[in-house]
Amino acid sequence: MERFDVTVIGGGPSGMAAALAASEEGASVLLLETDSMLGGILNQCIHNGFGLHYFGVELTGPEYADRFRQLVEQSGITVLLDTLVIDVSRDKVVTAVSREKGLLSIRAGAVVFSTGCSERPRGAIGIPGTRPAGILTAGAAQKYMNRMGYQVGSECVILGSGDIGLIMARRLTLEGARVRAVVELMPYTSGLPRNVKQCLDDFDIPLLLSHTVVEIKGKERISGVVIAEVDENRVPIPGTEETIACDMLLLSVGLIPSTDLALGMGVEVMGSNVMVDQHFETGIAGVFICGNTLHVHDLVDYVTEESLTAGRYAARHALGSGTSGHLTAHIRPSAGITYTVPQTIRGNAEEEVTIRFRTNRVYRNVRVVLSADGREIAAEKRKIMVPGEMQTFKVKAGRLNGIRGEITAEIKEAAL
Amino acid sequence: MSEIVCIQCPMGCRITAQQTGNGYETKGNACARGKAYAIEELTAPKRIVTCLLLVEGAEEPLSVKTSGGIPKERIFDCVRTIKALKLASPVEIGTVLLDDVLGTGVCVVATKTV
Repeated sequence: MERFDVTVIGGGPSGMAAALAASEEGASVLLLETDSMLGGILNQCIHNGFGLHYFGVELTGPEYADRFRQLVEQSGITVLLDTLVIDVSRDKVVTAVSREKGLLSIRAGAVVFSTGCSERPRGAIGIPGTRPAGILTAGAAQKYMNRMGYQVGSECVILGSGDIGLIMARRLTLEGARVRAVVELMPYTSGLPRNVKQCLDDFDIPLLLSHTVVEIKGKERISGVVIAEVDENRVPIPGTEETIACDMLLLSVGLIPSTDLALGMGVEVMGSNVMVDQHFETGIAGVFICGNTLHVHDLVDYVTEESLTAGRYAARHALGSGTSGHLTAHIRPSAGITYTVPQTIRGNAEEEVTIRFRTNRVYRNVRVVLSADGREIAAEKRKIMVPGEMQTFKVKAGRLNGIRGEITAEIKEAAL
Repeated sequence: MSEIVCIQCPMGCRITAQQTGNGYETKGNACARGKAYAIEELTAPKRIVTCLLLVEGAEEPLSVKTSGGIPKERIFDCVRTIKALKLASPVEIGTVLLDDVLGTGVCVVATKTV
């Protein structure tokens, strides 16, 4: 059986970064990708706004992917495209299939899961009505349009104000379609403020907050949707129904990390995220998880940053050149914080530790506080935090050193 | 005084801009690009345009971008001009396809290889 020090599953931005970092550490690296090219979802994100943090220049998705693809090509990384991983055993034997090579078994010293995420489909949100053609998830429509060149519809309603939905509202408009409305169940948008501005406001596309689709109409093809306002419990208010004619309904109602393979290995989960330490290692030694498989990001730049760390430590594990040590602390999200990554700290954490999290609502002029045993160990002021924007808290080197047990992460009123 | 959501990067700073005697004073911007953007947004708003065009002999459509901002009211003209380009495969990523779209001084650049 062929053996690689590090096997990376998924060749999007996360997998490419992890593979490169592992290779730079001197590990032999295998990168497996189901698509016929590396780059993942970046290949269909033709808009700009990528790379400002990591490269210091503004790039489109395909350009960001191309930069990493070139680095992968110049490295000694073995890449297998059109290859689907179907199982990873507890002793790190990766089983994959490809049209060219058939069934493959590879032994890995360390495994990195960078399998991304998938879109929440219609079935998961239970919209009543008929089941005609013309109902797509926003990302699927983006692929049909941007990579395959199809015009997916001409009169469109978008349910959910996630970033992909907002981006698609602009793309459809520029391709000649008319976007009748973006309908959002919550009283706030889940997309980035800049996308509301440049994708909706610029084109006078109405954003209907606290609204939802209550019925889908049409036989062969969707002919319209009924929308209604919802109350504070997100229940439709009778009498507020309104019909909008359309030939396409796009769903942008959330992304779910694709963790099936990792869960199959028995990794531990906290909430909807796999538990990792500050180096993105799961509870199983030598098994790492990063990118949108771990938690869904707004910015690819942060995916890259996290995945480089994951790849580096995966290589160190495989080469035996450094262990992370024992689990020393858990980070418990509290008061306004929905989750954190990482959720655990291993070893002495002498280096800077980056903690990312999201909030449950909008907060203004508050402090983000980490405490242990009732004592503040790190705090930072924030002017504004919204649920749609992932927050980053870089905890200075040494602050978590020697902390044992539980670390509480919470939002507190700022002292005036 | 008006509040502007900065679109220069995904941070989305909320900038307030106020006209003063000889210019604008801004608050809330994390960087100099934000100040420049807020002033531009109030005086002459611009946007980077990205879109697709079909290329003869290519399996996938070609994605392109403008190298800088286009006046907001000319976005649709810009898209029409780009879509009217007649190209044949291969087109390399980074190729300048138009060097002065609509007389704006801004280039149109291929963002992938087809």
